[in-house]
Amino acid sequence: MSVNGEVLIHVEDLYKTYGTLNALDGVTEDIRKGEVVVVVGPSGSGKSTFLRSLNLLEIPTKGKIYFEDVDITDPKIDIDLHRRKMGMVFQHFNLFPHKTILENITLAPIKLLKKSKEEANARAMQLLEMVGLAEKADAYPSQLSGGQKQRIAIVRSLAMEPDVMLFDEPTSALDPEMVGEVLEIMKQLAKDGMTMVVVTHEMGFAKEVGTRVLFFDEGKVKEQNAPKEFFENPQDERLKEFLSKVL
Amino acid sequence: MQAFIQEFLDDFQRNFIVDNRWKYIVDGLETTLLVTFLALILGVVLGFVVAIIRATYDKTKKLKVLNWICNIYITVIRGTPVVVQLLIIMYVVFASVNIEKVVVAVLAFGLNSGAYVAEIVRSGIMSVDEGQFEAGRSLGFNYVQTMVHIIMPQAFKNILPALGNEFIVLLKETSVAGYVALRDLTKGGDIIRSRTYSYMPLIATALIYLALVMGFSKLLGLLERRLRNNER
Repeated sequence: MSVNGEVLIHVEDLYKTYGTLNALDGVTEDIRKGEVVVVVGPSGSGKSTFLRSLNLLEIPTKGKIYFEDVDITDPKIDIDLHRRKMGMVFQHFNLFPHKTILENITLAPIKLLKKSKEEANARAMQLLEMVGLAEKADAYPSQLSGGQKQRIAIVRSLAMEPDVMLFDEPTSALDPEMVGEVLEIMKQLAKDGMTMVVVTHEMGFAKEVGTRVLFFDEGKVKEQNAPKEFFENPQDERLKEFLSKVL
Repeated sequence: MQAFIQEFLDDFQRNFIVDNRWKYIVDGLETTLLVTFLALILGVVLGFVVAIIRATYDKTKKLKVLNWICNIYITVIRGTPVVVQLLIIMYVVFASVNIEKVVVAVLAFGLNSGAYVAEIVRSGIMSVDEGQFEAGRSLGFNYVQTMVHIIMPQAFKNILPALGNEFIVLLKETSVAGYVALRDLTKGGDIIRSRTYSYMPLIATALIYLALVMGFSKLLGLLERRLRNNER
């Protein structure tokens, strides 16, 4: 894992305010190519806001975000073009219920990347094979289990051939026995060199797959380190307290 | 029994056959269907446009002026009776213009229906989970593409029963078109009644409305079931 790869996302002094609440309180951070950055922290710490700011689902109050050297917080740029290169996976999957699995995956590649239907279908089937769900191509989302839905949601993002994948608590809405199958796919992605930013409560995943762990608290990155150091030798008092509760 | 049937047949003869009176019913029905159909198209087009403007404002705070205009439109239309709207369009708006009464009726009922359709469609758009919107945007779809490919198909399925109901209301509401002397089905039945003083023309009129509504409800049920089956 090339942790010293080039900077893919550069976040500069990011603020997000809701009324009087500072959800993000001055965050500066680099995400480098090939990194698997795991973001942890108590609820309300701003970790999800941070992740959702990276593709501007949340519009920051102040600060800049550079993605592949383009300032995407500049209102003059076409954010839709850049979002195509940033896959996002949600806690509640957000598959399109009125479309089949195959259509869920091929909709964006056909409409946005102008792929032919055959080409998009072929790529979709390839990705479905990878996650072991090829036989579900013609099913509808309502026929799938939570774990299957999330694997499809990952595939839907991958079909756009993104340069980075953002995961917003991808296993939090799953029954415990389905967590493993989703983490397995994510592990595979990491191994294949995908740059990933993952907000999660799965400390095992952070330890095993993460190249770096960020601890968010009160809208700030209070501490960050390589997983081993992060978990074995925490410095920040709030982090110690947090780890004592979740480990 | 024999006498009753004979009386019924005589009544029927007097109400519908003599002087070709059935023509009042048939011509009236034609007018009613024409006005309903055209007003429906106008109402649905207007309703979708207004709903999309309002939902866009709700979601993005853009289109502020248009949203303001739409709000006034909805408030005024829903706040006044359709008969008064019809009379105003006929005798105020087009006071000095010689215009087909059918056109006046289509405008009045279309404008009226549009306000109700707009609120139905807007509620449909709002009923689609916000996550659907975010999923679309995160894939790189712009606002309009997300609406067209992801939100509207789901919203449409949710609002189909309410839209069907609005159509039924519209069909029956056109029965006040007689206020501007348009000879629709109701007016046609009433003209016969004013000649024969029989119960029969108005009952026949009611039965025709009932048959239309029942037939349409049936069609709507079939369509709903087909759309639902798509997801299973």
